Parts: sequence; C-alpha cells; structure tokens
Amino acid sequence: MAKKPTEDLLAPLTVVVGQEELLLDRAVAQATTAARQADPDTDVRDLQPGALQPGMLSELTSPSLFSERKVIVVRAAQDLAADTVKEVKAYLDDPAPEVMLVLVHAGGAKGKALLDAAKKAGAREVTCPKLTKPAEKLAFVRAEFRATGRSASEDACKALLDAVGSDLRELASACSQLAADTEGTIDETVVARYYTGRAESSGFQVADLAVTGRTAEALGQLRWALAVGEKPTGIVFALASGVRSIGRVATADRGMRPGDLARELGMPPWKIDRVRQQLRGWSGDGVAAALRAIADADAAVKGGSGDPAYALEQCVVAVSRAARSQR
Amino acid sequence: MSVWDDLVGQEQVVEQLVAAARSARVVLGESGRSGDSRNSGAEEQSGSSGMTHAWLFTGPPGSGMATAARAFAASLQCTSPDLELGGIPGCGFCEGCHTALIGSHADVESVRTDVLSIGVKETRELVRSASMSPAGGRWQVIILEDSDRLTEGAANVLLKAIEEPAPRTVWLLCAPSVEDALPTIRSRCRLLVLRTPPVAAVADVLVRRDGIEPEMAAFAARAAQGHIGRARRLALDAGARERRAEVLKLPLRVADLGACLAGAQSLVDAAAADAKQVAEEVDTRETEELRAALGAAAGVGGRMPRGTAGAMKELEDRQKRRATRTQRDSLDRALIDLSSFYRDVLAVQFGAAGELSNEEMRQAVERVAGESRPEATLRRIEAVLACRTALERNVAPLLAVEAMAVALRAG
Repeated sequence: MAKKPTEDLLAPLTVVVGQEELLLDRAVAQATTAARQADPDTDVRDLQPGALQPGMLSELTSPSLFSERKVIVVRAAQDLAADTVKEVKAYLDDPAPEVMLVLVHAGGAKGKALLDAAKKAGAREVTCPKLTKPAEKLAFVRAEFRATGRSASEDACKALLDAVGSDLRELASACSQLAADTEGTIDETVVARYYTGRAESSGFQVADLAVTGRTAEALGQLRWALAVGEKPTGIVFALASGVRSIGRVATADRGMRPGDLARELGMPPWKIDRVRQQLRGWSGDGVAAALRAIADADAAVKGGSGDPAYALEQCVVAVSRAARSQR
Repeated sequence: MSVWDDLVGQEQVVEQLVAAARSARVVLGESGRSGDSRNSGAEEQSGSSGMTHAWLFTGPPGSGMATAARAFAASLQCTSPDLELGGIPGCGFCEGCHTALIGSHADVESVRTDVLSIGVKETRELVRSASMSPAGGRWQVIILEDSDRLTEGAANVLLKAIEEPAPRTVWLLCAPSVEDALPTIRSRCRLLVLRTPPVAAVADVLVRRDGIEPEMAAFAARAAQGHIGRARRLALDAGARERRAEVLKLPLRVADLGACLAGAQSLVDAAAADAKQVAEEVDTRETEELRAALGAAAGVGGRMPRGTAGAMKELEDRQKRRATRTQRDSLDRALIDLSSFYRDVLAVQFGAAGELSNEEMRQAVERVAGESRPEATLRRIEAVLACRTALERNVAPLLAVEAMAVALRAG
C-alpha cells in the first residue's frame, strides 16, 4: 500500500500490482476519481479480464472527435494474449495524449515482460500485496477506522478481526458499518454488540492452546474450529505435529547451536524458540500418553468411531492434561 | 519335477488338489477311473465330485496360496501322455503345465493388484470374460490372487458369476483367512487351508530352487517366519537384510524418548524410500509408454495431443495409489519383523525350547528379556499389532508408528 499523497494520480500510465482484490479496486478507483475530478467528462473504460482483444487498444486510444480525457483500465493484465501484449508495448513506446492507461497486474512471473516494460516506460506503481500476517490485518482495520475519522481501541480492532475473519472486503464493510452505526470511541463492547463469534479458527490454534495446558480455551477453540468447517483430520494432524515437536525439541541435545539444531530437527529456528516456551510442564511420559491419545483420535476421525467431535474433545483433554504432567 | 514341487510343506492340500484334477478329467470325459487301484486314497474322493467350480485358498501370507492356485490351474491344463497310465496331473513338462505356470496360457487368467483394492469396474470385466468358453477346450481358470482386496461392491459383482459360472470356468480365490472373504462368497467356494510351512522346508526350497547357500537359506527361512517370498528376498537382497537389521535396532533404543521419535521417523522414511524406489523403477517407464501410445511428441516433456490429459491423470492416480500400497506393505513388513523380535524375547523369558527367529541377535534378545517382564513383552507385542491395525485403518503412518514406539518404551 504505497499510497504517497504527493504522487501524481493523473499519471498517463499506472500499474497496480498485487493480488488483494479490495486494494486493487481502491487503487483503480482512486485513479479514475482523480481523473473525473480533473475533468468531469472523462470517459472511463473498465476492461474486465479477457475483454481486451487484439486491435482494440489502438481503437480506444485514438483521439476522439470531442478530444475528451480517457481512462482505460485493463484488468488481469498478466493474462493478456501475446498479440495484445505486443500492442500494449507498442502503445507504451508511443502513448496518446489525454489518455490514462491503468494496468492491473497480479505480479509474479506470469506476464512479467509487460510489467517490466511498463515500469521502464516510467509508470506510476501502486503495490497491493496480500495481507497475510495478523499484524498487517490489524493495521488495516486501524487504518479503516482512521479513514472514517473514528478512534477505535486496540482490543476492538482485534475483536473485529476475530469475528469477521481475514477477508478484507468484509472487514472494510464491517468497519464502515460500525462507524456509521455508533458514536464515540469504538471499543470492545461496541464491537461485541454487532459482531460475536469467531470467523476463523484453525487446528493449529487448537494445538497451541492444548500443548500449553489450557484445556478450557483449547476446547472452546476446537468447537469454533469444527463450527467453521475445519476438517477433523486436519485438527488431529495439527495436534500431532504440536506434540511431536515438543518431544523432539525436549529430547534434542541442549548444547547444540541454534542453526545446527534447526537443521537436525527440520524446523525453522523461530519455531524451535516457540516450542521451547511451550515445553514447561511436559514430561516424557506426558509426550508418550499424548501421542497415543492422538493416534487413537486419528483412527476415530477416520471412521473408527461414530462421533469424531467427541473423539477430538477427548484427545484435546488428554493432550492438555499431558502438558501439565510434570506438575 | 512336477507343478506341486513349489508347494512347501502342504502335503494335505496337494493331495486334495490332485484328486480334484483327476475328477476334472472325468468331467471332461478324458479318462474313466484312471489306471488301477494303485492310488486308491486319492481315487476314493474322485468320480466327478472331487472337482468344483470355485475354490477359496486360505493360509498365512507367504504360505503359497497363489502358488497353490497356479499349480492347480496347471494340473487342470495338463496334457501329459502319462495321465493315461495313471500319472499325477500336473507333470510340469507338457505345454499345458508350462504355459499355465509362466502365465501365458490362454485359459488361465491371474488377477492381482498393486494398489490398495480391486474395484467394481475391473471385476465386471472379469465376470464378462468368465462367461466365455475356454479357448483350449479344457478349463478356463481365473485366479484372484488378492481376493481379500476386493471391495465389498466388487465382491458382490462376483457372487452370481461364482455361484453359477459357465460350465468350464473355475474360480480360484486366494485370501489370508476365511474372514477376508464375504460370507456370501465363502459359502459359494470350497475351502482349502494352507498351513505355515515349517522353517526347514522353506530353507530346503530356497536351496533347491534358488540355489542359495544352505546357511543363508536357514537364516532367511528363520527370519521370514514361514513367508516363502520374504525368505527368498532376504536371502537374495542385501538391502532387505540391512533394512531388517535397522528395524530390529529399535527395541534396543526405545528407552529414550528422543530415540523413539527419531526411530519412528526413520522407519516411516525407509518405507517412503521403498515406495519411491519402486516408483522410480516403474512410474517413469509407464508414463513414457503411455505418452508414446497416446502419440506425444518425441522427447521428454513433448507436447501431448488434445484430449489425452484424462488418460495421463488416470495413470498418475494409479501410480499414487500404488505408492501408498508399497509404503504400507513395507511398513507392515517392518512391524512383523519387530513382533518377531518380541516373540523371541518372550520365548527366552519363558525358557521355551525351540529356535529363535532372530538367532543371530540372541544377545540383544537376551538383554531385552533380562530387562523386562513377560507381561511387558506381551503388551509390547500388542502395541506392534495395534499399530498394524491402525495403519490398516488409514491412521497417518508417522503418527501410528510414533504411538507404537512410545508404547514400546512404556513396556
């Protein structure tokens, strides 16, 4: 999200690179709005993926009788046919006046030549990478509230993320909804009045809670995970890999250097550090008992028993009990 | 040499099958009561009632169910002139015997699978061909070597065909135990039970048939616990012996949790490596052959003609299923080796007479026996068997083996 306010939004050539749909749309909208502000008669041609056929570009960019300003948006530019790419490149060498070309490109290796050519031609570049880290999403929610001129507490932003999930479009609409419906500072209780529950919960979250011995929370998370459609087999896998790494890190040679240890165990160093924090309370017999419980649960969720959810609950309880076996 | 020679230690079964083959000749009208009263024992059950159209061969894996079925098929196709003089069917020399044994006889079809199950589609095809008359005018024999791998649906497809086959069609099904066949299939077949061949007999056949040194043959026969194919593999393949030795180190290391987990990992990795080796040997060639058959451009990665992606995908799926099967089989063998170790431990603990399967590891066996009690050994054997069951139920291999390893540690 490299939005620099000083940038010239009316640059004759803009490339929007990334895969986050909402941000792509926003970047395109920003450019078209700026063009319309400069000249209300601007003709905007938004070409959906596959709409740009050979020959069309020269037709679109040729000067019209009324010499109005034109914005041409090409979506999914990475998928353009080879002939069309040639035309676009030719156009880049010889751009038409009064025409703004906006190329929306997914980035990556596909259609990279076109992207490079556009950058070389001095395009204004807007990048919209996918937001993957929780911190980035949190920042996005905060920025959304700020954009509507409202202040929101940190907890409120977190609660909203938990409840709505990580789809940016839904998050953005939730933010604007909250901003429109409420007054004053947006805090946790306000969010809880409108949004409750948990949109996303993965087996790994269940496993992280279970291996630190937080039985109640782990069971709650398990219920959410099942409710949002996580597969029982996936949850068992997460539990197994959680306990397995506990066992392997605990029994590894303590004197080893972190890099060697990581190679030996086949885990990234940050994960080893995290597992070390979870080690407290575990004993050798605990790991053994937990592994056996998980293996039983795996057989149960693969058709061995009538109620996979019950088997999983038993398994989570057994694992978190094992996590406190030393005390 | 006769076709029955490779059936190790199964005299009773051979007797029954010979009698059946004689009756089969009666059915064909090739001979009346053959010869004189010399072989009256077999002759008594003869007449035409010794023969039937569906047989179920059962016995422990490696006891030679498929070998018995093939030998029986050969004896049904035997055209030796000696038969007129009262010779035993299945001479092993005539064209019928020979082609049936090497698998090129037109009327003997052998069905086996290298994936996890035999499906309805393949079985329908089989039923269709079963309704034809034998090309050679004698018997059409269909041998289902893996009838325990028939899915339930596939077994049901077979029912009708097995109950009332075409007049000259014989079904020979092989399964480890009677329970592996549907009750409805079982009730339509005549049952033949093979026993676990004695170690001495297995060693003997290895020396006689494969020309293996007697000492090595004795070791392999002991280690394989009556599984003839496995014994042969152990005797001939140094890699297999090495892997087995590797597996048998596990019981000595399970005291330490880290070693348990690492041991489980290496066991599963070895199985995966086995599967990969098979895949490398067969898959690439298979893929290239199919590509050529479908008319791909020459060279690796050449362009494929339109509409052939489906066939390629089908082959890929099959290869994937085969890899799963190979990995599972290889793990299963390792588990059997493990259980043989604990069996020896138990034998030492109880002071039982008789040879150990792992005679060459006697020291290790005695050490483990000294360190634990028979109850613990029994629990450990249980754990190994539970792991086999778990694998059968599709539990993730690594998880199942880990659970077993920690159970061995607990004793």
